[in-house]
Amino acid sequence: MYAQEVKSTGSKPKSLNSMSAKEKAFQEKIDRGQRIEPKDWMPEGYRRTLLRQMGQHAHSEIVGQLPEGNWISRAPTLERKTILLAKVQDEAGHGLYLYSAAETLGKSRDEMTKELLSGRAKYSSIFNYPTLNWSDMGAVGWLVDGAAIMNQVPLQRTSYGPYARAMVRICKEESFHQRQGFDIMMKMSFGSKKQKAMAQDSLNRFWYPSLMMFGPSDSESVHSAQSMAWKIKINFNDELRQKFVDQTAPQAEYLGLTIPDEKLKWNEKTEQYDYSEPNWEEFFEVISGNGPCNTERLAARNKAWDDGEWFRDGLLANSTKNQNSQIAAE
Amino acid sequence: MANELPLWEVFIRGQHGTAHRHVGSLHATDAGMAMNNARDVYTRRNEGLSIWVVPSSEIVASIPSKKGPLFDPSKDKIYRHPSFYNIPVEVKKI
Repeated sequence: MYAQEVKSTGSKPKSLNSMSAKEKAFQEKIDRGQRIEPKDWMPEGYRRTLLRQMGQHAHSEIVGQLPEGNWISRAPTLERKTILLAKVQDEAGHGLYLYSAAETLGKSRDEMTKELLSGRAKYSSIFNYPTLNWSDMGAVGWLVDGAAIMNQVPLQRTSYGPYARAMVRICKEESFHQRQGFDIMMKMSFGSKKQKAMAQDSLNRFWYPSLMMFGPSDSESVHSAQSMAWKIKINFNDELRQKFVDQTAPQAEYLGLTIPDEKLKWNEKTEQYDYSEPNWEEFFEVISGNGPCNTERLAARNKAWDDGEWFRDGLLANSTKNQNSQIAAE
Repeated sequence: MANELPLWEVFIRGQHGTAHRHVGSLHATDAGMAMNNARDVYTRRNEGLSIWVVPSSEIVASIPSKKGPLFDPSKDKIYRHPSFYNIPVEVKKI
């Protein structure tokens, strides 16, 4: 998902019997469905895993503005442009909610920014694909935000209070994103032949990268087992991916578009769709920095940060000056 | 990155006459910028009628691990609840 590969402690979750008294009380609190709040005691592994996940999630929202930002000045109508602007502004907001939730664990915003800019922290693989034509804005909203919702809805029940509350706000806003995407897809699919071909092309390019968003199968992963015991992660990746395919296939049918998977078929027995796995080699390449747009995305973030330095410094200098003159006046 | 902007906590009063509620935090150089940013980050869909911004460093919080002794005094005073008192059924409207 937005956080596709969150490494946890690397070992299996401890059994209640092998836990210290503090760890046991902590785990039982989570098992009772109670929330963990910033100043509560927590195992170091919980704090670190959570920071990694929230960091990846926040960075994804921020980098996720770039593929769409590309089309703000190229939107076909003023209405589409204002809608896209509002959506991109929401992504910035989502990034900020998540950074602010992560900061409650004692990591500074600048530290997190530094990790993103240096390439040390990850963000979702999906944003390393280019957006080549206008209907990609439709596909991104429909598929990418659709996949994001799949994962974010259960995260509203995650064990860490500030993270769960941030997710509640995000989910409220995310539905607009998906619908505006589908709205674009409808316009394109029911438009001229050429428009429909563009919509099909977008679906062809974004289908598998969207399936990759859920991350590789993790039913055997010790990292996921620990995260699930801590309720930082709620569902297995395959579970959510299946749900996404089941939800999306009929929508594609409605649009009269073909999902680029010959194996995609409703299975009467399992009552879900059979589908082909994405190319996981490609996924690992993209996530480790070798996707089509990794360099461009990071360069854009670094440029924005560097170009804004004089402005941030100026703001701070101005407020320090005002404070000093206030003190002098007193 | 030595110059991180100070952190502010944001409280919003919603549409229905409820109290201001904590919604999150943000970074800003001063109160004016914090107010503008709070509007942009937390009320994009008309969620609020009023905003408070408070420097995070000014907030004094109780310590969760000491919640026992802190809240203990109120635990044994069950006579503060109306259900403590038995009123005969024939007595009405009380």
